[in-house]
Amino acid sequence: MTEEKEITCIVCPIGCKILVKTDGKHIKNLDGNKCKRGIDYAEHEALDPRRMLTTSVFVDGGEWPLVSVKSTKPVPKEKIFNVLKEIRKTKVNAPVKSGQRILNNVANTDINIVATKIVKKL
Amino acid sequence: MINQDVDVAVIGSGPAGLAAAVSAKQHGTGRVVILDRNSWLGGILPQCIHDGFGVEETGESMTGPEYAEKYIAMAEQQNIEVMNETMVLQFDRKREIIAVNKKGIYKIKAKSIVLAMGCREKTRWSAMIPGDRPSGIFTAGVAQAFINLYNLMPGKNVVILGSGDVGLIMARRLKFEGANVLGVVEILPYASGLPRNVVQCLDDYDIPLFLNHTVTSIEGRNRLEQITIAQVDKNMNPVLGTEKQIKCDTLLLSLGLIPENELSKNADIEIDEITGGPVVDQNLETTLKGVFACGNCLQVYDIVDMLALDAKRAGKNAAKLTTTKKRKTGIQFVPGAGVRYVVPQKVTEGGTTQLTLRAEKPGEVSTLRVIVNDKELFKKKLPWVNPANMIKVDVDIPSEVIKSGQSLEVTIND
Repeated sequence: MTEEKEITCIVCPIGCKILVKTDGKHIKNLDGNKCKRGIDYAEHEALDPRRMLTTSVFVDGGEWPLVSVKSTKPVPKEKIFNVLKEIRKTKVNAPVKSGQRILNNVANTDINIVATKIVKKL
Repeated sequence: MINQDVDVAVIGSGPAGLAAAVSAKQHGTGRVVILDRNSWLGGILPQCIHDGFGVEETGESMTGPEYAEKYIAMAEQQNIEVMNETMVLQFDRKREIIAVNKKGIYKIKAKSIVLAMGCREKTRWSAMIPGDRPSGIFTAGVAQAFINLYNLMPGKNVVILGSGDVGLIMARRLKFEGANVLGVVEILPYASGLPRNVVQCLDDYDIPLFLNHTVTSIEGRNRLEQITIAQVDKNMNPVLGTEKQIKCDTLLLSLGLIPENELSKNADIEIDEITGGPVVDQNLETTLKGVFACGNCLQVYDIVDMLALDAKRAGKNAAKLTTTKKRKTGIQFVPGAGVRYVVPQKVTEGGTTQLTLRAEKPGEVSTLRVIVNDKELFKKKLPWVNPANMIKVDVDIPSEVIKSGQSLEVTIND
């Protein structure tokens, strides 16, 4: 089965519209890119799109009510809302250190969530 | 009055102020003080929790708070003094700063001053949107602070006017926090934010982008109930008959940023009407001797990396030129065809000058030229141009050109 996807390349601001045909696992055809870098980007985007995820987590007893967090690796696009759901249920106690692990293997993605900010105890 | 003498005083502790202060200290100046009206350091960075900061500067992608903490740590290491919750009220040509905080009023005599006050957001009144005046209308940056710092949700059904980067990033952020983002409305025929943000903030979540559209009416008694959007013609006037009503409780405005220069204007520093920031020379020195400008109060940058690199230059020059020599008049850079503005606006000495500029409109392969007296001084081919992406080039300017007194025209042609 061939799937067709139109991908806007974000490698540079030209923003080539690249038409990618895949069988779900492999690239069959790729068209519309003006440079080589577009090929790499479109392949990843078509077969396994991932995004760095940043959001925030509740903090108890801190100078701020939230601490900003990020995923340690890019999260598969279709799992973003599962991950967010799990993060939303989480609460940590102040003080929080930047880089502190907040969640392990979040939503079975093998990806961890870490703090990106210092939140001092109130 | 509390009297203090410092070598370099930096007004503002955002990314520009921090980078300038750190760089001033690294270049051997004595006492460096940062003044900031907030209770924290980093300015807007702590609320910019998305990543992508520092890629071009350090090769590492950081979130806003991480980027800020990197510079805060450097400032601490170098014993840079910080005065938080301190409001600068004025400074003058003698570089005497009057500032106030809970302890009292300060008179700070500085050998040089670095301006790093940042910018503020345009409001509903900048766009003159007619209609009712209900609650539920926020600038995008304020909504960002509510959500990311204070844990407050601005609303449920949201429309965003303006496709600047803050607006695009807030579209995704609101989606993550469970809001319905009904669309982003942009008056121009193209998005004004970075393409990466259009893809990763709108396309990823099927958020519609209404190009060539604007908000023509706001309705609601207490809370916002409905807005009207309409298509615009070439002159950006709404086209009758294309109106469409959207029920929503929240309207975020991402209309652009205005450099904050009330202090500069008060000190009679010349302001460039296009950039909204001080007129500076190649050293980023303003028209007031010993006063340098950097960051978003100089010009609105698109990424923090370039902002920090320029701010470091401002800091270094503030440290080195604390006993400024007699100033030369120099020659002007004039934005020509296809160019919206050029910073610096003038150059006083021959040598390599770093230019930052913006194109007037998006285009493909183009040529950037610096022309003096009909002669081409510099030429560079650009694979593409986009007003959202600042252009940075190094141009060698011979001393003879400066002596000639002719201005330098900068153009971008297809």
